Amino acid sequence: MSRRRALDTAAAVRAGELSAIEVLEEHLGAIEAAEGDVHAFNLVLADAARARAEEIDRQVAAGSDPGPLAGVPVALKDNLCTRGVATTCSSRILEGWVPPYDATVVERLRRAGAVVVGKTNLDEFAMGSSTENSAFGPTRNPLDLSLVPGGSSGGSAAAVAAGFATLGLGSDTGGSIRQPAALCGVVGAKPTYGLVSRYGLVAFASSLDQIGPFAVDVPDAAALLEVIAGHDPRDSTSLNAPAPSMLDGLSMGVDGLRVGVVSEMLEGVEPAAAAAVQDAAEALARVGARPDKASVPAAIYGLSAYYLIAPAEASSNLARYDGVRYGLRVDAPDVTAMFARTRAAGFGAEVKRRIMLGTYALSAGYYDAYYGRAQRVRTLIIRDFEEAYRSFDVLLAPTTPGPAFPLGAKVDDPLAMYMNDICTIPSNLAGHPAISVPWQAPGASLPVGVQVLAPALGEPVMFRVAAAIEALAPPRPEQGAGR
Amino acid sequence: MSEWETVIGLEVHCELRTATKLFCGCRNEFGAEPNTLVCPVCLGLPGSLPVLNRQAVELAMGIGLALHCQVKPSVFHRKNYFYPDMPKDYQVSQYDEPINVEGWLELPDGFRVGIVRAHMEEDTGKITHVGGGGRIHEAAHSLIDYNRAGVPLVEIVSAPDLRSAEGARAYVSELRSILVATGASDGKMEEGSLRVDANVSVRRPGEPFGTRCEIKNLNSLRSLGRAIEHEAERQVGVLEAGGTIAQETRHWDEAAGRTLSGRTKEQSEDYRYFQEPDLVPVAPDDDWLTGVAARLPLLPAARRDRLAEVTSMAGTEVATLVELGLDDLVVEAVGAGAEARVAVNRAANEVAANLSGLGNLTSASFAKVVRMESTGKLTPTQAKAVLAELLASGGDPEEVARDRGFEALAEDALAGVIDKVVADNPSEWERYVGGDDKVVQFFTGQVMKQTQGKANGAAVAAALRARAGRS
Repeated sequence: MSRRRALDTAAAVRAGELSAIEVLEEHLGAIEAAEGDVHAFNLVLADAARARAEEIDRQVAAGSDPGPLAGVPVALKDNLCTRGVATTCSSRILEGWVPPYDATVVERLRRAGAVVVGKTNLDEFAMGSSTENSAFGPTRNPLDLSLVPGGSSGGSAAAVAAGFATLGLGSDTGGSIRQPAALCGVVGAKPTYGLVSRYGLVAFASSLDQIGPFAVDVPDAAALLEVIAGHDPRDSTSLNAPAPSMLDGLSMGVDGLRVGVVSEMLEGVEPAAAAAVQDAAEALARVGARPDKASVPAAIYGLSAYYLIAPAEASSNLARYDGVRYGLRVDAPDVTAMFARTRAAGFGAEVKRRIMLGTYALSAGYYDAYYGRAQRVRTLIIRDFEEAYRSFDVLLAPTTPGPAFPLGAKVDDPLAMYMNDICTIPSNLAGHPAISVPWQAPGASLPVGVQVLAPALGEPVMFRVAAAIEALAPPRPEQGAGR
Repeated sequence: MSEWETVIGLEVHCELRTATKLFCGCRNEFGAEPNTLVCPVCLGLPGSLPVLNRQAVELAMGIGLALHCQVKPSVFHRKNYFYPDMPKDYQVSQYDEPINVEGWLELPDGFRVGIVRAHMEEDTGKITHVGGGGRIHEAAHSLIDYNRAGVPLVEIVSAPDLRSAEGARAYVSELRSILVATGASDGKMEEGSLRVDANVSVRRPGEPFGTRCEIKNLNSLRSLGRAIEHEAERQVGVLEAGGTIAQETRHWDEAAGRTLSGRTKEQSEDYRYFQEPDLVPVAPDDDWLTGVAARLPLLPAARRDRLAEVTSMAGTEVATLVELGLDDLVVEAVGAGAEARVAVNRAANEVAANLSGLGNLTSASFAKVVRMESTGKLTPTQAKAVLAELLASGGDPEEVARDRGFEALAEDALAGVIDKVVADNPSEWERYVGGDDKVVQFFTGQVMKQTQGKANGAAVAAALRARAGRS
């Protein structure tokens, strides 16, 4: 079976040339065959998905249009709320909790005719870069089951890479979409902060979190983002402006576009990661783009600032998991002990580490030295990006320091794990969009990601350049589970 | 106590009278079944996000304007602490950039109390500890009602300008009137719409401020006054015995009439304030502010001034009429030609006593009836009867008076009645002529009886005096 593309599937389903149930059964077959090895899902919604696919087919038969993603199977990261379906964040603390409402992105997917196939695994509360910090066990990389898929949206990345779903949704706080996309050899994008509503995304770090697409190729990623983007009155930080068209510019080419290769992000990464970016830049030059060296000096402080801001917000966002209203409760003689025992039993080690870090960073007497200073670094990074975008339309950088690594390789070394996000974090701190496109050099056993960074609301030009890189990338060998 | 001075600053929490809660669409209502006015947002369910209520912001701006504050661009912060009545385990509040700062409130006696700030925040749920005397650590279990969670509050913080329990009560009473007048509050302290915390310290006059204690959750003017008096006495007692005051939170025990130690400063929590990332700053522009200002009604102080000017009266009578909201009625009646004293009396007595407020009485008919009394067309007794009917069923005062046969008696008709009454009661008349003044009441009563109350009491007394040859 050759991989289906979302745009092709939707066009065929809308035209009545292909049935949604047929498309779904192909994907459920792939899940049946390989999910036992990959463990991309916390929950596969086979029955609900079949009912939904049949409904789409009935709509088409009745002459109505189910929407731009008609019959396209989508995997949802399990930190997106789904009405009547457990949403776990891969944490024991949410045990038994069933949201009474759908996230805005889930509503928009349904309105577009998509079929939700399941809820995917993640690092607990999206904190991690390997999907090993899950209360329900790790997800494995479909390209090589001995490797991690990246994280925290490793389940969605793996589901798309393995053909369990045509599209996936993830959330990206410091690289949690782009990094697993790079490691699994798929496309993953983090939109401009505020472009996609966060309503119904279980918060990790509110000022950094954005929901974004996974897809096999750039046009599909653009199509999914177009469906979920746009103002939502339920999210105060949602941008109150019409979302730009993501698809219109894809075939425009890159002639004359100024592409800056971020020098600071080529330092300290593995040769394969740096080489992919250089090769991509050279390839873009051959089709008319004008690549040059660019500099974002404050970016090197991004990681340090991020590990103060994100844990600080997380320490507050995760306070509500106290055993009083929903989820896990470990009884105790008094309420304070109940809080403590519940949280001790319900959270994993990485979540506890970040709650403690964040609590400390916000404490009286330390606020200015830590949280306050981190916020000033954030301002500097924004300023440096603005400076760079005076000379360039987009920036280029590696997505990660290297390709997928073996399971267990970094679990005991949090700092080594945190380094995975060094090239992705600056976009989150700035609120800018960025996308990872797979690049696998001839002879290399694994792909890496080439990252295209753009200024706020620069998605159209970002997708244009990403589509060009995709077209210029060396052909990749067919491999992996589910193919 | 005389050589000690009590220093008081008050924090008043005002629940805003909005249609919905501060960050969600749940109705803002007192007294519903527990946990029926809740949604994912005010329950703090994972993934939910707050959206600021525009009406709440406008009411907060109105409070700021009424208290002569600067109304400023503001941001929300999170105040982090664990407590089961707080769905998110943080409270969204305003911290170092509140919406209203630096104002003042003028008491009826002209004294101005400084207002430090009046900021917005969300209310918590309501927790009831069952068993063990109602305190959390002794309770068998606790019940939580989240209907109140997310109800909009404005916390009004006064400067430490007050010096007595009486002054504190006057401040809260005046603030309450202002909050009701602006439409921000229903003023119901018994329902918790207004809750007062009092910061109390004592010092010898001229010395720096002493260490203060904060008395929490005083929910009546009576509790406020008693708590301040008892707390000041307690502190003086400690100091005179050579002790020192520890800065702490204290709870008022209404039944025992004393304050009990709560949390000390050393135990106080680090709230780890940081800017709420789920909300954007609120920056009222000039148009918005001007619009809110234009919709503010005349406030109590201005209404007292106006009533005092119109009636040439002052003091408690004026303040009471304003408090009762009857000043408009009096001002209009006087404007229509009624005598101020008559208008004030009828408003302060008959109208104020009516259980259903103004009932069917219109300000025009009130003006008419008091004018009829002022010009002698109706006796006071008749005027009261007409007013009672207007309050109960409305109508035109002249028609009501005519239907009841209320026309002041012509002087010769009155003389005829007096002739008859004197002739019928010769011995009583002799006593009156002989100097027994008390008998005048007997004759007045007889005349009233004969005229079915139409006679004017003062006119009857004058006629009797003239007939008996007195001056």
